[in-house]
Amino acid sequence: MSAFSAKGYEVKDHNTPQHHHDDHHDDHHGDDHHGPAKGWLRWVVTTNHKDIGTLYLLFSLVMFFVGGAMAMIIRAELFQPGLQLVQPAFFNNMTTMHALVMIFGAVMPAFVGLANWLIPMMIGAPDMALPRMNNMSFWMLVAGITLLFSTLFMGDGLGAGWTMYPPLVLQTKEALPFGIFSVHLLGISSIMGAINIIATITNLRAPGMSLWQMPIFVWTWLITAFLLIAVMPVFAGAVTMLLTDKFFGTSFFSAAGGGDPVLYQHIFWFFGHPEVYILILPTFGIASTIIPVFSRKPLFGYLSMVGATIMIALLSFVVWAHHMFSVGMPISGELFFMWATIAIAIPTAVKVFNWIATMWEGAMTFETPMLFSVGFVVLFTIGGFTGMMMALAPLDFQYHDTYFIVAHFHYVLVPGSIFMIIAATYFWLPKWTGFMYNERIGKLHFWLSAISVNVLFFPQHFLGLAGMPRRIPDYAIQFSDWNMISSIGAFVFGVSQLLFLYVVIDCIRGGTGIKATNEVWDGARQYGGGIVEGLEWTLPSPPPYHTFTEAPEIKSTIPR
Amino acid sequence: MAENLSSKNTKLARMLVLVAVAMFGFGYALVPLYNWVCVDLLGLKNSTDINTTLANKAALAKETVYTVDKDRQVLVEFITVLNDNIPMTFRAQTPQMKVHPGEYYTVNFIAQNTSNKTILAQAKPSLSPAPVTPFFEKTQCFCFIEQTFKPKETKVMPIRFVVKPDLSTDYKTITLLYTFFDITDKK
Repeated sequence: MSAFSAKGYEVKDHNTPQHHHDDHHDDHHGDDHHGPAKGWLRWVVTTNHKDIGTLYLLFSLVMFFVGGAMAMIIRAELFQPGLQLVQPAFFNNMTTMHALVMIFGAVMPAFVGLANWLIPMMIGAPDMALPRMNNMSFWMLVAGITLLFSTLFMGDGLGAGWTMYPPLVLQTKEALPFGIFSVHLLGISSIMGAINIIATITNLRAPGMSLWQMPIFVWTWLITAFLLIAVMPVFAGAVTMLLTDKFFGTSFFSAAGGGDPVLYQHIFWFFGHPEVYILILPTFGIASTIIPVFSRKPLFGYLSMVGATIMIALLSFVVWAHHMFSVGMPISGELFFMWATIAIAIPTAVKVFNWIATMWEGAMTFETPMLFSVGFVVLFTIGGFTGMMMALAPLDFQYHDTYFIVAHFHYVLVPGSIFMIIAATYFWLPKWTGFMYNERIGKLHFWLSAISVNVLFFPQHFLGLAGMPRRIPDYAIQFSDWNMISSIGAFVFGVSQLLFLYVVIDCIRGGTGIKATNEVWDGARQYGGGIVEGLEWTLPSPPPYHTFTEAPEIKSTIPR
Repeated sequence: MAENLSSKNTKLARMLVLVAVAMFGFGYALVPLYNWVCVDLLGLKNSTDINTTLANKAALAKETVYTVDKDRQVLVEFITVLNDNIPMTFRAQTPQMKVHPGEYYTVNFIAQNTSNKTILAQAKPSLSPAPVTPFFEKTQCFCFIEQTFKPKETKVMPIRFVVKPDLSTDYKTITLLYTFFDITDKK
């Protein structure tokens, strides 16, 4: 909490309309009832979309480092075969918590933070539609994550993996109900966030902005929000069944009572697969915003981008069992889920094609956000290809539960989601703070990250193909070399992220001293809004505490 | 206009909350759906499991006579598992046997309660590879009913089975696994 307010004061000064940059006292806000509340309580009671966006983003930044530290422990233990640093039970804690923290604490809140900051400004709305619920969903997230961390101090903690498969997970001792309630809170928090985003997009668009003129980031978030509402409750149901199986004598997943553990996997992945698209769709929106700006070209194929996103979202509901090919399914099931999964490659390829076509013959420049975006297109595609390999049911039997799948989902999540969250931060940070960030360190951060992420995850493909199982603290010695290389990549990647932390703090403090213009990036107004003018770039940098209290005019930038 | 908008927002939010609640229910609806689609329609579950109803058991008591295929042998392996470290020992008298399709065989399983408490246990079968399930028929099995073990009691429990002669010749080995679950507290 104190970390937020300490950083928060810095942010606030630049966010407020009456800011004086050299004056870091906030006593000049007091008599303006349109400004933020005084003191640290502002951050507790705020209903302002920019404040809440800042809270979400800072929270997710903290979680990114906490989850990252857990990954460092995992890679340190796997540096050599044998048990060196931690006990197996703690190692299992780390793999489980790393996943939960990164998914529910880092990536999802970062997207919600970006949505809070950007969606109202992008659609010309004064704030989110349900500002009080907005505040509540943030604090519920904090409560959920706190509950999650509390499990680290209970017996062996949570150690059955983030997927929480029974019957293994039912052997968890006192930590289980805390983990389950934490999932409930996190679920409610993100459902409330999603409802807010849908209501905002549906009801608060500036007059003249039709659905088919919305910036792509807004589109992808609208679709993501529907996915969230559709699947988070299913996950809540699944873990509730675990709870009653463990404590109230039900037998949903217990074979002794006529239940079936495989049923859990079906329910979980009915949630889980749309969930992985929840983690990637806003990323697509960010890439579709950044790439046109730095290519000085309109986004190629706006409509096909939206259509592809909708296709991906719809297909995500009928592919879940590709996570369980080896569970013993009838051949008809294997084939159905295999072909449905392969079908997802089509809309995804449309997107990659559109990004490349946007860059094609563009007047490209490579500022840090663009570097991360281009890195994303290349590396995410590698993750997509390995996804295709695993979509093939007969091949998946070899890859299942090995380091190959670990390499796959980290390729789509780290150079995918994380890279684009970082890109978005670099891209909009000058808008949020009013200052340019340190471009030199930003670029260094990119190159170190892009190289080390490959050193970190590429060898894991080889380990997986050679048969190294995932989620183990120890391994056979023939896996030693690639594990060591992977760990070295991990350490470099982890340390590189401190550069990001530095750049963000430095920028908030105005360290470079370069004031950002309204447009920040050459071409952002013209190309940053999809097919209409990018509205957030018409505002001052930093934008005043309340923006678009009067709806802006929507200007089409592309002859249709 | 302002009130209008806020009531519009509330209405939409309520509707979306309803969707979320409905999806929570849908999660639970997946339970019967799974049993219907995967187990009944696609025939996932072992026939031995479905046959545990009393009506089926009576029908099973009558042994259908098949032509015995003396030229062919299938290896049947027996594996025993105790769930959750329940205080018992459990093994098949013969770990594996070669059988002729069409002929009936009896195998004894021996289980002992090693504790000083009465245990109510239920055995669950599992056959692999899964596609042989319809071709593996049991007329007698200790898994058809719950088994009570008095303190230190040892039970010899037979199963009687036949491998149907129309089993594809692709299958040369069948593994039958029994897991004993402690259901004392569930009653």
